[in-house]
Amino acid sequence: MTAIILVYLESDGVALRKPALEGLGAAAALAASLGGEVHGVVTGAGAAAVAQSAAGCGAKTIHVVVGGSVATSLPSPHGRAVAAVSKEIGATLILFPATVRGRDLLGLVAGRLGAGAAADATGIEVAGGVVRVTRPVYAGKAIQVIDVKATPFCIGLRPNSFPAVAAGGAAAAIVSHAAPDAAASDATVKESKVPEKKTVDLTEAAIVVSGGRGLKGPEHFHLVEELAAALGGVVGASRAVVDAGWRPHGEQVGQTGKTVSPKLYVAVGISGAIQHLAGMSSAKCIVAINKDAEAPIFKIADYGIVGDAFEIVPALVAALRAAKN
Amino acid sequence: MHAVICMKRVPDTTANVKPLANGRGIESQGVEFIISTYDEMAIERAIQLQEAKVVTKTTVLCLGPKDATKELRKALALGVDEAVHLVEDREFRDPSSTAECLAAALRDLKADLVFCGWKAIDDDSAVVGGMLAEKLGFSYASFVVKLDAAAGAKSVTVHREVEGATEVVEMPLPALVTVQKGLAEPRFASLKGIMASKKKPLAEKPPGGAENASDLVALRPPPARPAGRMLGQGAAAVPELVRVLRDEVHVL
Ligand SMILES: Cc1cc2nc3c(=O)[nH]c(=O)nc-3n(C[C@H](O)[C@H](O)[C@H](O)COP(=O)(O)OP(=O)(O)OC[C@H]3O[C@@H](n4cnc5c(N)ncnc54)[C@H](O)[C@@H]3O)c2cc1C
Ligand SMILES: Nc1ncnc2c1ncn2[C@@H]1O[C@H](COP(=O)(O)O)[C@@H](O)[C@H]1O
Repeated sequence: MTAIILVYLESDGVALRKPALEGLGAAAALAASLGGEVHGVVTGAGAAAVAQSAAGCGAKTIHVVVGGSVATSLPSPHGRAVAAVSKEIGATLILFPATVRGRDLLGLVAGRLGAGAAADATGIEVAGGVVRVTRPVYAGKAIQVIDVKATPFCIGLRPNSFPAVAAGGAAAAIVSHAAPDAAASDATVKESKVPEKKTVDLTEAAIVVSGGRGLKGPEHFHLVEELAAALGGVVGASRAVVDAGWRPHGEQVGQTGKTVSPKLYVAVGISGAIQHLAGMSSAKCIVAINKDAEAPIFKIADYGIVGDAFEIVPALVAALRAAKN
Repeated sequence: MHAVICMKRVPDTTANVKPLANGRGIESQGVEFIISTYDEMAIERAIQLQEAKVVTKTTVLCLGPKDATKELRKALALGVDEAVHLVEDREFRDPSSTAECLAAALRDLKADLVFCGWKAIDDDSAVVGGMLAEKLGFSYASFVVKLDAAAGAKSVTVHREVEGATEVVEMPLPALVTVQKGLAEPRFASLKGIMASKKKPLAEKPPGGAENASDLVALRPPPARPAGRMLGQGAAAVPELVRVLRDEVHVL
């Protein structure tokens, strides 16, 4: 199969997000083993400028869809736009980041094209011309391996699991497409509350520092925030502290929260319940700080310190700041 | 307004899931199965809307093994009117085939409002809802934490929560939503509900012939993590942790 690989390039309206570069990296590897070409697609506000910034990242063509129906933040018109580009170029594989946005579009595009789908892949390989996808299931308690049997096929890529493409390649052609027609079924946004400060999405952060009930109260979470800042990471939380209202649900890591795969995950005052592990056990390195030497979190941690977070975290923050200077 | 909840039967979150030696599935011995967490929230909201006379009929739809009768009966005991069970006849069913089967059933049911979980907590795919919306041509909103409508209305109003932002969205009917935590807190079944559920209609049907787009090669245990290292007690261990982060993990 000569592959025509289309990568959905997620942006924040201004710049490409890191998972987009990982998508292009995965696409380049696939094109190298299958033979074929890589395309990118950017939709919505700022798409033209974003496409320019991706021009040297291995794609032959970058497709841009702006204005009209894709001016909305709602996913459906963006899904129709990606599906239309896929059809036009005869895409065989369509790659999405397994971010909040990417997961949404993957389902819509696959549904519209009648395509198959594998979400949240942590590995893709090609064996005898067949594309083989590896993905964690049952909250990381098992690994599923599937072979792609029919194309087109949509694959979601777990952030931090594929090497990002190197910039500096040949410039891609940039092709503009008309936005898809509005549909009678389109929903409309009546009101929208955007958070004041936009942080990196937990799922794509390279470093995550999470706090749990061991912090004793929301007033102590500044310890976790300071440690995250000192490491250049993002704050996460256990469900216990989210349910208690100390932290927003968007920060919850675990089976009923976010799944993260960072380079470094630090768990502070988190016991390591199985539902929490479900969301972070694929981190490359896990550090646990807990006063109970028997806490289950130490069973999966790569490095552990037993002791009081109120003593250890400030010392660690100070040492990290000192190490930086 | 006919509300249909797509409900998946999944292993309990605390279940000790073990792949079978032949890699074709999981050991079901000793594993407790439940209604997938977000689907249970969906059921609750659908029942509430029926109690408020907004929804006139509720149906729960499940593609799953024969044993899923238990979870379907539970949904009926909670207050759902009817159940449709597409009885699984395959060892492996992939998301596109699942969506194809469910879409056909939803067309037959003439659903006005379809609830899905944002993801099923076993395969963690988070794709079936979006697939269904496109296959059916319904309006779509994901990560819904609030859903309201007036009796006889031609639309529903939902709040969706995405990456810290909240959007209030009006969706023309027919509509499909995917449920995020916050929509509703599931109730417990009452004894009266359990008695009544035994007499409620539960239709069993073949799922239909939609092809898989992928083959299952294997299901295997995750790679074991290398044994961890305790760096010591209290603040005294901090210098060693900083060294490790710099020299071994390379994050500084
Ligand atoms: C269906 C279902 C879904 C769930 N989904 C999730 C999910 O997505 N994410 C999630 O996290 N949980 C989830 N849970 C909840 C999970 O079972 C646990 O209850 C939760 O993870 C516990 O949070 P915790 O570790 O913060 O609290 P605890 O279990 O109370 O642990 C607190 C830890 O802090 C330590 N500690 C106390 N004081 C200090 C101190 N001064 N210094 C250092 N350490 C200290 C203690 O030793 C203890 O280990 C789910 C549960 C169910 C049933
Ligand atoms: N076999 C199934 N039967 C009924 N509903 C399902 C099934 N599989 C998925 N769904 C629905 O689709 C949602 C998302 O599932 P998934 O895409 O598999 O993560 C679930 O929460 C259910 O609402």
